[in-house]
Amino acid sequence: MNGIPQALDALPILGVIFQLLGYTLANLSYMSQTTVAVAVPITLAALCGVMCERSGVVNIGLEGIMLTAAFVGWIVGAAAVGLLGEGTPLPFFGVTLPLMIGLAAAIVAGMVVSLLHAWLAISLRIDQIISGTIINIGAAGITGYVYSLIASQSPVGAGQFAEYQVPKGVADLPLVGWLINAVLSQGPIGLTTIVIVIILQIMLFRSRWGLRTRASGEHPRAAETVGIDVIRLRYRNVVLSGALAALGGAWLTMEHTNKFDANMTAGRGFIGLAAMIVGRWTPLGAFGAALLFASATALSTSLQISPPTGDLGQLMGHVPGEFWEALPYIITIVILAGLIGRSIAPAADGQPYERESAT
Amino acid sequence: MSGADKSHLPEARGQSAIVRVALAAAQPIAEPLVAILLALLVGAIGIALLSGLVPGHSALDVGLPIAAYGALVQGVATPNGITSTLVYATPLILAGLGVALGFKAGLFNIGGRGQFLMGAVGAMTVATTVGTSQSSYIVIPLALLAGALFGAAAGFIPGFLKATSGAHEVVTTIMLNYVFVSVTYWAISGPLALPNAHQPITADVTTRNAALPIIIPFGHDGHLGILLALLAVPVLWFLLYRTTLGFEIRAAGANPDAARYGGMKTNRLIVLTMSIAGLMCGLAGATTIMGVVHQMEPGYDTTVGFDAITVALLGRSNPVGVLFAGLLLGAMRAGAQTMQIQAGVPAELVDALQAIILVFLVINVLRRWLDRRAANPGTRSSAGVDAPQAAEGVA
Repeated sequence: MNGIPQALDALPILGVIFQLLGYTLANLSYMSQTTVAVAVPITLAALCGVMCERSGVVNIGLEGIMLTAAFVGWIVGAAAVGLLGEGTPLPFFGVTLPLMIGLAAAIVAGMVVSLLHAWLAISLRIDQIISGTIINIGAAGITGYVYSLIASQSPVGAGQFAEYQVPKGVADLPLVGWLINAVLSQGPIGLTTIVIVIILQIMLFRSRWGLRTRASGEHPRAAETVGIDVIRLRYRNVVLSGALAALGGAWLTMEHTNKFDANMTAGRGFIGLAAMIVGRWTPLGAFGAALLFASATALSTSLQISPPTGDLGQLMGHVPGEFWEALPYIITIVILAGLIGRSIAPAADGQPYERESAT
Repeated sequence: MSGADKSHLPEARGQSAIVRVALAAAQPIAEPLVAILLALLVGAIGIALLSGLVPGHSALDVGLPIAAYGALVQGVATPNGITSTLVYATPLILAGLGVALGFKAGLFNIGGRGQFLMGAVGAMTVATTVGTSQSSYIVIPLALLAGALFGAAAGFIPGFLKATSGAHEVVTTIMLNYVFVSVTYWAISGPLALPNAHQPITADVTTRNAALPIIIPFGHDGHLGILLALLAVPVLWFLLYRTTLGFEIRAAGANPDAARYGGMKTNRLIVLTMSIAGLMCGLAGATTIMGVVHQMEPGYDTTVGFDAITVALLGRSNPVGVLFAGLLLGAMRAGAQTMQIQAGVPAELVDALQAIILVFLVINVLRRWLDRRAANPGTRSSAGVDAPQAAEGVA
């Protein structure tokens, strides 16, 4: 665009790349902030998946856990407003009492659904894919049922968390201002997510819990012989990780918007699953993959809001919007197929563990 | 099953043997039936608990579930209701057979949604391109064929990826679902869109000689696809139980290592099975478009892919079982509309019931209960070990 020498523009491919760079720079603050925001629920779902699968339990019920938590958080928040009133928002993040009650309810709901998955998958040793599928179908059915019962009363939720306002001076810093702004201009759930990513990454590879988790995901029998209670550890990981996916659901109804819609997770749980795979079952990798996927979304929305001009505009005009939606999934399939860098699941992932009993 | 320490007691052994024989005979039917009945009971409790939210009902109204189920049955037990049961059941049976075939081979096909949509796009492509110039005797078979082939291609990809690189079909089919959803939206708003419409929308199959003929004179949409679904049941049964391919599929599902050791080309089997599974789901999509929906708008989607998993599990992956499971779920979907109108209970209840049925089915309440009675206390129940096997349909 501006400032790019005409000579470069004449080279079609190079020219378009430079134009794309120029376009990205021109829309940097919008695109970077959107990328981080879109990545939040995907990351949370992926982290839930990492915690489960690292300990050896496949969880394709992420979508259902998120949807349940999104609905419960929203409806309990609405009920709390009815009982206690709106409450005065605290000076930070627009936190009110009903919102916090809703958030707590969402987390509990996510953990309860995860407990069902844990019971079916770990205790009853039912095929974990079937268990996850049941959770997805059930979550859509039950939330859809209750939502259509109350939809005629059009209830209003407890509002939404406000995002952190980065001080003007910091956001305007040269070179790094946009990055700080993009990362920090999030609500409390978004900011917590970034902290959780770092903590989980350290915990998984540097703590006793992490070592035990990875051991039961790779070789549960060996883990058991050195005194690790594999069943209990898997239970704990699956149930606790439910809180993470639940945060992702709560983000949808209490931070990103203030309302619920039937099936509003719209595949985010499954993109989370994809991010987990592309990120090679590590928290940091999953976050990176979620950012990559989210940047495709951010680019496509940005292209709609402010269409580029010139060669780039012509080229992008030929790329259908659906391409950007499909891109994360295509990337995942390509990586799964081993075309670009292989991604290998924990060895005992998805295998039910049965203790060898002496009796 | 019974513990070794009790084996010296003849009557204990005898009793558990009788129970076991009786159970073995009734099991394939009794277990799903128990699961369905328990799910209906839980559903009734759920309806009653939330009855206060239904207009004109007080909280904890025990009459509401009775009224709701009554309306549901009433919606099915009429000539029109039977037709709509068959119409709803058609894609469920076709796609359910596809998923069941995968289960038999030890493959979990979650890609029904994408394969269904590609089948729909395939049929619509034929209707759009040759529909105006040819008679329906040519267009309908061509469109069905295209739907089947598009679906088969959609199933081929995950099969091929698994055979060549070991990429797990569960993950690839999930990812491909979203890819095919995007492809479908793109096709509807792009190449398949009517040229001079205000909104992106495809042609109406009835104007392109591609609408399936009505074969049931009463009710709505009693189309030819119903016959196709009913015929597919014996065809798939024959394929599974009377052909070499079927034997190989079942052998590979029961024990892939043994099958490979026995000289079967398991990679070829995986690709073939997934392609046939995709073909069935594609047919489900094609018949739905050509018989019921007629015209696609952006945002067109289906729940058949996931419902088909329920149907396959409920039908124990057996083609005849799939037929009955498909009819049952079809009846529930058909009756749900009447239930919503007459009793004010939302039709989403069926989705919730579906999940509850599956929970009871996989935790195998009946067998657990009988095991506890037959086996002496203290020995381990084997029900948990059997559950995944039941799900895979290895009988």
